Amino acid sequence: MSKEIAILGVGMHPWGKWGHNFVQYGVAAAREALADAGVPWQDISFVSGGATIRCGYPGYVAGATFAQALGWQGAEVNTSYAACASGSQALAAARNKILSGECEVALVVGADTTPKGFLAPAGGYRPEDPDWVRFYLGITNPTYFALYARRRMDLYGDTLEDFAAVKVKNSRVGSKNPRARYRKCFSAEDVAASAMVADPLRLMDICATSDGGAAIIVSSLEYARKIGKGDAPRVAAISTVTPTFASSVVEMPDIATDSAAAAGVEAQAYRASLPVKAYEEAGLGPSDIDLAEVYDLSTALELDWIEDLQLAPRGEAAALLRAGDTALGGRIPVNVSGGLACFGEAVPAQALSQVCELTWQLRGQAGDRQVQGAKVGITANQGLFGHGSSVIVKK
Amino acid sequence: MSQKPQVPAIEGWHTMAAKPHLIGTQCEHCGTYFFPKQNDYCRNPNCDSTDFREVELSRTGTIWSYTNACYKPPAPFVAQEPFQPYAIAAVQLEQEQMVVLGQVVEGVSVEDLKVGMPMELVLEALHETDDDIKVTWKWQPLAQ
Repeated sequence: MSKEIAILGVGMHPWGKWGHNFVQYGVAAAREALADAGVPWQDISFVSGGATIRCGYPGYVAGATFAQALGWQGAEVNTSYAACASGSQALAAARNKILSGECEVALVVGADTTPKGFLAPAGGYRPEDPDWVRFYLGITNPTYFALYARRRMDLYGDTLEDFAAVKVKNSRVGSKNPRARYRKCFSAEDVAASAMVADPLRLMDICATSDGGAAIIVSSLEYARKIGKGDAPRVAAISTVTPTFASSVVEMPDIATDSAAAAGVEAQAYRASLPVKAYEEAGLGPSDIDLAEVYDLSTALELDWIEDLQLAPRGEAAALLRAGDTALGGRIPVNVSGGLACFGEAVPAQALSQVCELTWQLRGQAGDRQVQGAKVGITANQGLFGHGSSVIVKK
Repeated sequence: MSQKPQVPAIEGWHTMAAKPHLIGTQCEHCGTYFFPKQNDYCRNPNCDSTDFREVELSRTGTIWSYTNACYKPPAPFVAQEPFQPYAIAAVQLEQEQMVVLGQVVEGVSVEDLKVGMPMELVLEALHETDDDIKVTWKWQPLAQ
């Protein structure tokens, strides 16, 4: 039996720092996706929400919150929390419901309003909380991104100019995206002039946090054919695998990695394991991919992802970048939405926004950012607590 | 340096000796190390042991990667005024097959570091209170 589902409609509220309630963004995205799909809200029988958790704010109970805002009509609901992969997990829940035959057409939605300033842990003396420990010892989020970036420099010879070139590339294409928050074309000189945050990463190498909302209408292939959308792009795979012990890379918010000292245990890199299941499930390989949307929390991290997705051998992503292969018009364009560099992260919406971009690209509706002839796209992201995802969308 | 007593910033995570060690645990059954300590369940998926012994981890290793903090982190970090940037290292411990993060001692900057460089564990002040000096583990380039 085919595990595929159809993407009938997509929608996004523009990313920014709007300061409104997150529900407003989710509703706007959902209405755009419904209109795009040509599916009436009353026909949706499952609402799957991507959630985030901040100090117990009850509004972040996503599925029911959005169902109520759009008008209760009896649909079943689900709320998924999986950090940066929340949207993919919500999408997977909708897929399960559709493939099991319990639902024909579902709404998947995620939206966020980010708080101002640093995301800091609760106070007191709480050494049992790894997040408290690392902040107490002076280790912030950019520390981790910078450790990965510096390792690339020392092992593979990546340079500060390479990292800046990722920002320049993404800002150039993001400037053409009406939903992006930052739409200025930045130069390598702009990046070099921005303040050093965590050596080798400067302010403009690191993504911001944003408000935003994204939504997707998905259905069974049969339903899609019934409403005349049999050729809609399809979700061919969703991977939400957790790490395999012993996880070899020190990850936020931990102070140490797993130990691989026991017999029969090997140190394994989590990021690289995420697309493996996706490729397997889709019956596709890296050579089938026309474009990728990856989680560029930092410029250097985009290069790590290119290798994790097996689009380049380990250590050679910068060579692809320098050759222009990952730019719009290149051999394997990466982050033609502009990526997190131009959006900033809106956690529960971000993984869905990646799928929205692939959908527009595969339909040939991406305008100035269009990757010519795109047939297969892949997403990748990773967040806290062993959450991550990779989704393959194909025509 | 003031005459206040030196106490660990986090109680029980390292020894206070001149040549200090981090204190972790090791699974009695499969030998997996844990830092911070794990005493309740082994996280090796091939092992269901609940028996652990406290162990001192290797006090030397090699740099997995490194960076610095150019901006003052938020609380619970207690910053000096004015804020002094500090380097941070992730150090690979051979015996334990794990990587442990920590600040690098004062006076050593990222320019002095390189992936693969040997490092050793030392204690240094993290911050001062009215009553004492809170010390923590830091990494220092191993004397040649």
